Amino acid sequence: MTGSQKLFESKLEIINIGLPDFTLPFQQHETKFVQVDFRPGLQANAGACAKALLQTSLTENANQEVMEKILAARPAWTGMGIARDLIPGMRENTILHAGPPISWDRMCGPMRGGIIGAIIYEGKANTPDEAEELAAGGVFEFRPCHEHNAVGPMAGIVSPSMPVFVVKNETHGNVAYATQNEGLGKVLRYGAYSDEVIARLKWMEQTLYPTLKGAIEKAGRIDLKNIIAQALHMGDEVHNRNRAATSLFYRALAPWVVETAKSREVAVEVLNFINGNDHFFLNLSMAASKATLQAAQGIENSSIVVTMARNGTDFGVQLAGTGGRWFTGPAPVPDALFFKGYTKDDANPDIGDSAITETAGLGGFAIAASPAIVQFVGGQAADAVNYTLQMYEITAAENNVYQIPGLDFRGTPTGIDVRKVIEKNILPFIDTGVAHKNPGIGQVGAGVLSAPAEPFVRAFEGLFG
Amino acid sequence: MVVKGFVRKGEYHDSVTLMRVAKFLSEQAGVSDSAIVMATEENKHVLSAAGLAFPEIRNAVETDLIMVVKVESADKAEDLLAEASRELKARNKNSEISYQPKSLDSALKILPTANFALISVAGRYAGDEAMKALQRGLHVMLFSDNVSIEKEIELKTYAASKDLLVMGPDAGTAIINGVPLAFANNVRRGNVGIVAASGTGLQEASTLISNYGAGISQAIGTGGRDVKEKVGGLMFLQAVKLLLDDPDTKVILLISKPPHESVLKKIIAAVKNTGKPVITTFLGSDPTPILKAGLIPTITLDEGAWKAARMVMGRSAAESVLEVNQDISRTRAQLDTTAAQLTSTLAKTQQYLRALYTGGTYVGETQVLLNGKIKNIFSNAPWGESKIALDSMKSQFNTIIDFGEDEFTVGRPHPMIDFSLRNRRILEEARDPETAVLLLDLVLGWGAHKDPLAELIPVLREAQTIAKTAGRQLPIVMCITGTDTDPQCRSRVVTAIKECGVIVVESNAGAAYLVGKIVQSVRQS
Repeated sequence: MTGSQKLFESKLEIINIGLPDFTLPFQQHETKFVQVDFRPGLQANAGACAKALLQTSLTENANQEVMEKILAARPAWTGMGIARDLIPGMRENTILHAGPPISWDRMCGPMRGGIIGAIIYEGKANTPDEAEELAAGGVFEFRPCHEHNAVGPMAGIVSPSMPVFVVKNETHGNVAYATQNEGLGKVLRYGAYSDEVIARLKWMEQTLYPTLKGAIEKAGRIDLKNIIAQALHMGDEVHNRNRAATSLFYRALAPWVVETAKSREVAVEVLNFINGNDHFFLNLSMAASKATLQAAQGIENSSIVVTMARNGTDFGVQLAGTGGRWFTGPAPVPDALFFKGYTKDDANPDIGDSAITETAGLGGFAIAASPAIVQFVGGQAADAVNYTLQMYEITAAENNVYQIPGLDFRGTPTGIDVRKVIEKNILPFIDTGVAHKNPGIGQVGAGVLSAPAEPFVRAFEGLFG
Repeated sequence: MVVKGFVRKGEYHDSVTLMRVAKFLSEQAGVSDSAIVMATEENKHVLSAAGLAFPEIRNAVETDLIMVVKVESADKAEDLLAEASRELKARNKNSEISYQPKSLDSALKILPTANFALISVAGRYAGDEAMKALQRGLHVMLFSDNVSIEKEIELKTYAASKDLLVMGPDAGTAIINGVPLAFANNVRRGNVGIVAASGTGLQEASTLISNYGAGISQAIGTGGRDVKEKVGGLMFLQAVKLLLDDPDTKVILLISKPPHESVLKKIIAAVKNTGKPVITTFLGSDPTPILKAGLIPTITLDEGAWKAARMVMGRSAAESVLEVNQDISRTRAQLDTTAAQLTSTLAKTQQYLRALYTGGTYVGETQVLLNGKIKNIFSNAPWGESKIALDSMKSQFNTIIDFGEDEFTVGRPHPMIDFSLRNRRILEEARDPETAVLLLDLVLGWGAHKDPLAELIPVLREAQTIAKTAGRQLPIVMCITGTDTDPQCRSRVVTAIKECGVIVVESNAGAAYLVGKIVQSVRQS
């Protein structure tokens, strides 16, 4: 029997691409159908499109290798150290920042603020003016965290004296670094550099750091993949909500702190600091994501995104198959809920390395797991579910460990395939905090945004150019 | 009994899932004991105590998953562990129902058994979407126009090689397995199979057959270009072949503007001597080669439809032809009387026909019928002796306008949905003292205007008032395409339109005959 004759003998089951009214008779005639919400793809140059098509199986094979690496990664917190001692390529005058490379003159307010704060913290300047002069004067080299196996939220400033978490991908052996989270309010990562900011950084260096170092040395390791998986079941997406993950982390950590802290007072102080900061785990979820994705970097021909990062001016993308190349475009201003007294006019364009969580299948990609924060995306749990469902359209796999209870434990959409982003014109959905555009003020809101198209088009053309 | 199990490093599952799968495993035949747990120290002790420990457990830590089973053989254990692993991954995807997928591929994830894609996105994207659908094994109806002929050939060649249908591009109408697609009507199911390279033609024929009491097995639209030389009838021929093989199709009705000579030859070769009666309505083409091949040529859509209907209702081919011809003659005699009555009410200035159509096929059919009978016909889609309208927006002499042509549709919906341009024109024609009769179509069914009366009746009344105020009677003749099971219900619409004093004729050919008579009588008097 031919295919068409079979059609006459079976029930029609229809995919309707276009005018929704055409499905009206299907309802009346008891015909199964699915309506496609069609949108034209992004415009990329024709040569790249043709080459992408031609290289389909080559790309697919590379992507499979990439996804195997990403899904097999097992990030764990294994130690503490000082940036200058651990981070490769970190020199005395190096300051790391979030996002793709950027020069001082193009930096946004909060990033400049963070750098001013770091210079003061390092004791290289006494006043903000002095620090600014040094920063502008070419004394320091500013480099992306991502190029030094590190990630930083918001401004993402890492200077040589700062303590860092060591997160090891135990499957592949690679290591990623992140600073300790300062908490909310006036903090360096939002570009604040007042005395209280510097004082807190000093406390973190002198009290928090040695205590955590002692604890992790005694514990050996704390499995971050496991904590993240459990946190997703407890309402976190580990980007804008880290309450459950921080709690789980606290439970895993507390006995070791009590056992190893210099004194009971220090133990209380450190544990209270962590307990008082719902975002303490964010830097660990970021480092875990980075350690996961690092393993896939440099696999030729792969169209999987391994970095999305913003410096408050540009949004940058890196692909597994294009080595260290950055593909950038202007960073958009997030759609946010603002704290009392602030509006979108106060908001800085999107900033931070934290989109590494989305790149690893967490954050906005896992927002369906986090009904507690749906006020950021329209207020209804269904909105969050739809955002996650949409991300399955542009990803290569469903996560084997990170799952969403509300989707019957379906794995989170993982591994952004830039080809799908172009073809379907669906851009990665990112949860984010919003910094004030002026240095020194701090966070003014939190919200969501769709990544801008330009860096993805460029990356696509870069891979298939 | 053997104890067999494995440790999966770092694989985390919530306890509810673990319990569900543990229950599943324990219920399998031959299982004497089993466990699926995270490797906490406590769980490890429990396993040891139960005799379910195995060497790898010793190094497992609380973030690792342990699955173990105790059965009579190692092979059986392997099978069960594999099955339980699958069960662990099993997900219910029903939760996606409320989500509207953004692409064909994700739609296929929701409806993996889909066998058909209806595509109506803008032409520049439609071709690629159609190819994707074909590559995934779906039959395609491509409603979109503005798809290049090269793309059409590529799609149809590929489809033919995979034994798939591509209806279109620019296929407005089809009915497959009783399901109306795009601009189509609710018709009875039955034994007439239709292949049409013309959308409105298919609607007219299928509704006339249904209203006659017969029904449709399949109605396949191919898009108008299919029967041109370049495409070579690729899908028309495939559709014909399908209907020949379809046991539910007893009579085949072929509808098109005249196919290219080479295509016609292929069609004739495909259908002659097959034992199935074949009726053709190739509007305006020479019936000789069709007669010669033993097929039944008809001039108009109603003639083809009624002959097909009669044949599946138990009459022989010869009887059907004879009886339908007699019926048509009788109807026309009545229309002659009506024409005479209407002509007598006209003022001296009223000399010309103004036909304003939304269905493209009707524009052709009306010109075929009036060709040579009335002079000076102008149209934006001329046929035969008609001349091209210099300005589609303004009537001259006898004018027949297709509101579905590009000059009316760019940037707006189809005139079957959006009446505004034609409504305005109706009023203009009413103001013109030279207008002798207004001929309009109204196509009902899916895709068409949902509440046509609300928009049309006020305009019809206003047109009559305009004429009356100027001291004239304005006859309005309409054909209304549809069935009583259509969402708009044809009989309800017909009654309401007749109440406005409009003459409703059963078919477009009948309506065209009537207005032709009126214009002819005006010229004679």
